[in-house]
Amino acid sequence: MDVQMEAGGDTAAPAPGDAEDLEDTRFPSEEAADGGGVHEDPTDFGDRDQEETGSETKDQPPTLLSPLPQSESPSCTCGLWDPASENNPMGDPESGSGVQGGDPSDEDWRSKRKHVFVLSEAGKPIYSRYGSVEALSTTMGVMTALVSFVQSAGDAIRAIYAEDHKLVFLQQGPLLLVAVSRTPQSAAQLRGELLAVHAQIVSTLTRASVARIFARKQNYDLRRLLAGSERTLDRLLDSVERDPGALLLGAVRCVPLARPLREALGALLRRCTAPGLALSVLAVGGQLVTAAQERTVLAECRLDPADLQLLLNWVGAPAFAAGEAWAPVCLPRFNPDGFFYAYVARLDAMPVCLLLLGTDPEAFHDMATCRRLVEDGMHTLGVMRTLGEAASFSNAPSASAPSYSVQAVGAPGLRHFLYKPLDIPDQHRQLPQFTSPELEAPYSSEDERQRLSDLYHRLHARLHSTSRPLRLIYHVAEKETLLAWVTSKFELYTCLSPLVTKAGAILVVTKLLRWVKKEEDRLFIRYPPKYSTPPAPSSASTDQASHNGLFTGP
Amino acid sequence: MAQADGAPQPFKLVLLGSGNVGKSSLALRYVKNDFKSILPTVGCAFFTKVVDLGAASLKLEIWDTAGQEKYHSICHLYFRGANAALLVYDITSKDSFLKAQQWLADLEREFPPGEVVVMLVGNKTDLSEEREVTFEEGEQFAQSHSLLFMETSAMLDHRVTEVFSALARELLQRVERKERQAQRGDARLTLNQGPRGPAKCCAH
Repeated sequence: MDVQMEAGGDTAAPAPGDAEDLEDTRFPSEEAADGGGVHEDPTDFGDRDQEETGSETKDQPPTLLSPLPQSESPSCTCGLWDPASENNPMGDPESGSGVQGGDPSDEDWRSKRKHVFVLSEAGKPIYSRYGSVEALSTTMGVMTALVSFVQSAGDAIRAIYAEDHKLVFLQQGPLLLVAVSRTPQSAAQLRGELLAVHAQIVSTLTRASVARIFARKQNYDLRRLLAGSERTLDRLLDSVERDPGALLLGAVRCVPLARPLREALGALLRRCTAPGLALSVLAVGGQLVTAAQERTVLAECRLDPADLQLLLNWVGAPAFAAGEAWAPVCLPRFNPDGFFYAYVARLDAMPVCLLLLGTDPEAFHDMATCRRLVEDGMHTLGVMRTLGEAASFSNAPSASAPSYSVQAVGAPGLRHFLYKPLDIPDQHRQLPQFTSPELEAPYSSEDERQRLSDLYHRLHARLHSTSRPLRLIYHVAEKETLLAWVTSKFELYTCLSPLVTKAGAILVVTKLLRWVKKEEDRLFIRYPPKYSTPPAPSSASTDQASHNGLFTGP
Repeated sequence: MAQADGAPQPFKLVLLGSGNVGKSSLALRYVKNDFKSILPTVGCAFFTKVVDLGAASLKLEIWDTAGQEKYHSICHLYFRGANAALLVYDITSKDSFLKAQQWLADLEREFPPGEVVVMLVGNKTDLSEEREVTFEEGEQFAQSHSLLFMETSAMLDHRVTEVFSALARELLQRVERKERQAQRGDARLTLNQGPRGPAKCCAH
C-alpha cells in the first residue's frame, strides 16, 4: 500500500518512487484527443496532489513516517477505510468493539465513498456524515492522535494518501475537520468542502463562541449546540455529488429571468428597506433571483460568495417551509464573530423565498412589514406567477429548483455544462455566478450524477493545478467526452456525447458560447442592485456571542 | 376591549419546550391543518391565526420557538411580551417533561404570577405504548402550578384545536376580568402590549 503524508511547514524532498511519480508515468496525456477512450481509472487525471507541490510537500522524512500507517502494522489507521481489509474477520481488534449502526466495522458504513468528520481538539466527536458519532469515538481518537503526533514535531498534518484514499485534515481553532475520500476529488477540493462545513458550523454558533466554549471546557460536547444543524451539513455535502457547481466554482446559481423583470425586482428590494437592514435576497429553490446590499456593506467589505451560498443553502432548508422565521445567523467570511438576524419567509405560499438580513435582534416586526411591501410590490409587477412557473418548469425530482433544459442551447451532442463568466464588470465582482442546465438523462440517476460530478471535479483539479495548470482539456471518457476550458472571460465545463469528434466538440462549444452570450442578461445578474438604509442604532458588534445565550438556556 | 371595531385583538402566544416534542407540528396542525415530519425549527417561526369564539374573536400571534439550546436567547427576546405560553413536552420522554418544568421556572422568573396564561401540553398521544409520563403526572403538575393541561396528538389531530381554543377562552376571560377591575377604578393595564423591559406595576 502506498501511504504518503503531506504536511505543511518545511520542505522535504519527496521520497523517490512515491505514488505520485508512479502515477505520472501511468496517466495518459489528457490534452491529446485520446480517441481510444480513456479508461475509467481513478488516476487518469491522477495529479493526486500536484496542485500543491509548489508550496508544500507531502512527504515527511521517513523517520517521522515510520510509526504511522504502515500497511503491515495491525493497527494501521488507514486500514480502517481500506476496502481490502474489509475481508478481515469482524473480530478485528480495531473494529470489533461496540457493534451498532455506523461503527467502523459496519460494511455499509465502510462502503461510503466519502466520510467527513468534525471533532474537537480533545478528540470528542461532533459530526459524522454517516453513522452515529458515538460509535466512532475510537476512530476519531486515532485522528486526534495523528494530528497531535505531527503537531508535536512542530508541523501540521494536511493530508495522507493511502492507495485510493485521501485523508485531508483541516484544523480550525479548536475544531478538527477530516475528510476520508476515495472520490477523485483533489485534496484542495476536499479542503474546500471542509472549509464549507466549518463555515456552516460557524454560521450557527460564531467562531468566537466556539472558541470560548472550548476555552472554558475542553471536553465540551458541541453536539448539544449543533443539534438540528447536522442535516444542513448533510445537505451541503450531498449537493457536491448530486449537483456539482456551487462549491466547485465558488459561485452562486441564478434563476434564469428576463432582465427587465429582474431589474424591477432589484429596484423593488432597494425600495423596501427597514432600519438596520443589510441585505435582502430573493431566492427560489436555493438559487438566486436577485439580491440587494447595503451600500456601506458593499463599499467596505464585499459580501463573499461563500457567505451568499451559505445563506442560499440555509434558506433552502425544509425547516423554513412554514411561517415566518426569525433566527440569528453569522456570515463567517464577513465577520466570523458576530451575528446578523435573519428574517426568512416564503412569499405567497410560493417556493419564492425572501431573506432579510439585519443587525437588530428586535426588528422582526419591521422586517415583516418590509416583507409585506415586497410582496405587494411583486403582485403589482405580476411576477409571482412568472417566478412560480420558473420553479415548476423543472421536472427534476428535486423540484422547486428553477432550471432549463440543455436542449435550449440547440447544440446536438451537448449533454450538460457548467459556465462561469469571468468578465463581469469590476464593480460587480462581488457576485460570482454560474449557470448550468438541468441534469437530464443519462444523468438522472444518483450514480450517474455522481459519476459526472467526479468527472467535473477531475477536470477542475487539472485546470487549477498549481504545479501544471491547464487552459484546455479534451477528455474522452468511457461514456462521454468532456471539454473544459478556462479563459480570461469564462470558465467552462462541457459534457458531450461519447461519439462526438474533436471538430464536432469545438462546433458545439462555439454554439454554446454564442448562446450564452445571447442569453447572458437572462442567465446572470449583470448589474446587482444596491441601496442604502439609515444606519442601524447598533451595528453587528464584533462579539455578540453572549446574545446567543449559549449558557443561559435550561 | 370587546371587538366592536372589527379587528380582532392580538395576543402573543409562545410555544416552549425542548427539541423534538412537536411544537412546530402543533402550530402547523392548528394553523394549516397539516402534518409533516419537519426539521428542527431554526430560530423562531411566526404564525398568526384568528380564533372565533362565537361572541368574540381574537388574533393569536404564535411564536413557535426552536427547542435547540443554541436558539434559547433569541426566543427569550420574544417571550418577553407574551400573553400566553404553551409548555410542550413529549409523553414518551420523561426528560422533555422535566425540561418543560424548567421552562416554567424561566417564565416565572420573567413574569409576575398570573400575567401569562400557561398551558401544559403533553404531545404525541399516538405513541402511548411508549409513554413515560402518565396523564396523571402531567395533570398533577399542572394543577399544583395552576396551569391548564391537555394531552394532544398533532399527528392524529387529537385535541389540537381544543388546546388553542381553551387558551383563547382563558385569555378573553382574563381580559374581561381585568376590564371589570379597571371599571372599578383600578390601575389601567395595557394588556395587549405586554410589558416591555422589566415587568412593572400590575402584580406588586
